[in-house]
Amino acid sequence: MSGNAELLSRTLAGAKAEDRAALVAYLPAGFPTVDGGIEAVKAAFEGGADVVEVGLPHSDPVLDGPVIQTADDIALNKNHVRIADVLRTVREAHAASGKPVLVMTYWNPVDRYGAERFAEELAEAGGAGCILPDLPVEESEVWREAAEQRGLATVFVVAPSSRDERLARITAAGSGFVYAASLMGVTGTRESVGDQAADLVRRTRATTDLPVCVGLGVSNAVQAAEVASFADGVIVGSAFVKRILDADGDLPAALDGVRTLAAELAEGVRKR
Amino acid sequence: MPETPAAAQDFFHPDPDGSVPTPAGYFGAFGGKFIPEALVAAVDEVAVEYDKAKSDPAFAAELNDLMVNYAGRPSALTEVPRFAREAGGARVFLKREDLNHTGSHKINNVLGQTLLTKRMGKTRVIAETGAGQHGVATATACALFGLDCTIYMGEIDTQRQALNVARMRMLGAEVVAVTSGSRTLKDAINEAFRDWVANVDRTHYLFGTVAGPHPFPALVRDFHRVIGVEARRQLLERAGRLPDAAVACVGGGSNAMGLFHAFLPDGAVRLIGCEPAGHGVATGEHAATLTEGEPGILHGSRSYVLQDDEGQITEPYSISAGLDYPGVGPEHSFLKDSGRAEYRAVTDDEAMQALRLLSRTEGIIPAIESAHALAGALQVGRELGPDGLVLVNLSGRGDKDMDTAARYFGLYDATAEVDEDNEVAVK
Repeated sequence: MSGNAELLSRTLAGAKAEDRAALVAYLPAGFPTVDGGIEAVKAAFEGGADVVEVGLPHSDPVLDGPVIQTADDIALNKNHVRIADVLRTVREAHAASGKPVLVMTYWNPVDRYGAERFAEELAEAGGAGCILPDLPVEESEVWREAAEQRGLATVFVVAPSSRDERLARITAAGSGFVYAASLMGVTGTRESVGDQAADLVRRTRATTDLPVCVGLGVSNAVQAAEVASFADGVIVGSAFVKRILDADGDLPAALDGVRTLAAELAEGVRKR
Repeated sequence: MPETPAAAQDFFHPDPDGSVPTPAGYFGAFGGKFIPEALVAAVDEVAVEYDKAKSDPAFAAELNDLMVNYAGRPSALTEVPRFAREAGGARVFLKREDLNHTGSHKINNVLGQTLLTKRMGKTRVIAETGAGQHGVATATACALFGLDCTIYMGEIDTQRQALNVARMRMLGAEVVAVTSGSRTLKDAINEAFRDWVANVDRTHYLFGTVAGPHPFPALVRDFHRVIGVEARRQLLERAGRLPDAAVACVGGGSNAMGLFHAFLPDGAVRLIGCEPAGHGVATGEHAATLTEGEPGILHGSRSYVLQDDEGQITEPYSISAGLDYPGVGPEHSFLKDSGRAEYRAVTDDEAMQALRLLSRTEGIIPAIESAHALAGALQVGRELGPDGLVLVNLSGRGDKDMDTAARYFGLYDATAEVDEDNEVAVK
């Protein structure tokens, strides 16, 4: 069975055809519970997310700030989330929404599980691709081959510190879209998105026709609209996780928080 | 430029064999560079600057000057005959890295990387620390060169190594107690990476061991190679021959690699790394990464890692904060798989016994980390017998561990006496 890389590309092209940016949400699997996490992804889609990245929690999330660290900790140490649970999250969220679902995680869990096996099972679950932010392009060949054979996109991250020749190399290897980090730092909400993002998007576009989506620090509709003015997609993670944390165990309230935030952001990405 | 000391070129010994690691940072199947894109430029800059420095006589001259006139190199080689009576009669020599300024081998790497920091024009240094030895050395060098310094240390380690926290603060460093995960060395490294990603423009991450992404495993090794180069020369002068075994403790593995590397071509010299077995590897409460781990990626390179079946890193345990780490430098993994080095696990109790034995027979209180090597040396000496010659890296001094040792041996109770079986008897 082939993965849904095509669906991802079609979805992003569809947003572009509507002259708007796409809304990409990030939610960790296994949080606040495994079943609650599945409902949260569905709620994000219901609220208006075009794409969801499902986080596969890791014990050592070195690129994540305190909010996602807390979620990962709950998923792993309280709910004992397993890769099978992550794949079920992808399967059920995709089946319910018909929309593209990616997995975002660190390289060691995939490497340990087996790149081939993980790609096979992710494709089988209806996944659209994978984002592995600590797997640089130089080390990525094994994964990319496994992913490409199974119709999965490999989304690479670029950063404000990436020089132009590196951008070209990264975007040539990637597929689906390019994840442009708006700033130098870990995940988490920020007061402002910063002026490095627009420049990075411009430099990235000079190297590729892939859509360029911007993440890190975006948490509200105003920021979403600002980013939507220069990017093909807006990625929001910690702000969703924070809504679930703030609900303090009340799942209906958490899902309502996710749905409401997605709706606000969906409005934002249409106000470019 | 400082005046070149008489022993010029004697203290900086980058590996003369340019084939390992490969340009991509591989030692066989291990190593590499698994880092986020945001750090690629900074890590590449370190590699480029180090390559330039290696061939710059001014760099070697400045480092040599610091090694002699600041750190106190060369470090002594001490024969310990009273201790060796418990080692099957084999001769035992200690390489006294505990006598370096700041009290451990860590200063070798720190001075080298601090000079690199200056060359790169960076004004802020961050580092992780477990036992606090690397943190103290880093805070020291930052005081010397007027650099801003932030040290990340697991909260548990700030408690069990409180003396070193005070030393770092006295030296002007900010010490951040890390409360995530197992609150030990692994989590301190995670937090240091998070800082580095956000502040990379002006900040150098002064990595403290032979792990991490390329070029750190090779670079840190090169700055510590002086340990083995000196010890080899000193032992040939004093004993007239090479040792049968060179023994060192292994957490991340920097002091062991520093000792081992100069002996790699000496095929008859066994290289023996002693990992922390904690309460015993069978209990699951240990940090014996090479003994019990499997290949995986942690902190930027592929190496042996303590992990579960789905790649989640498992929480390590050791009485020694400096060895309490679920990873290990990739070159150690390479040496293990090639068979050139061998690794064994030493329990908390064995290490503490060796700590007390050295204290009472030779008047040298070792760090708990180094005591793991001493315990290993006792085993190896007994295996070799009376004709054996064992070289041990005494990587650090034990002052910082006195609280842990006092609790372990009941020394805070004035009425308590510790008998030879380590039983605490209260009169």
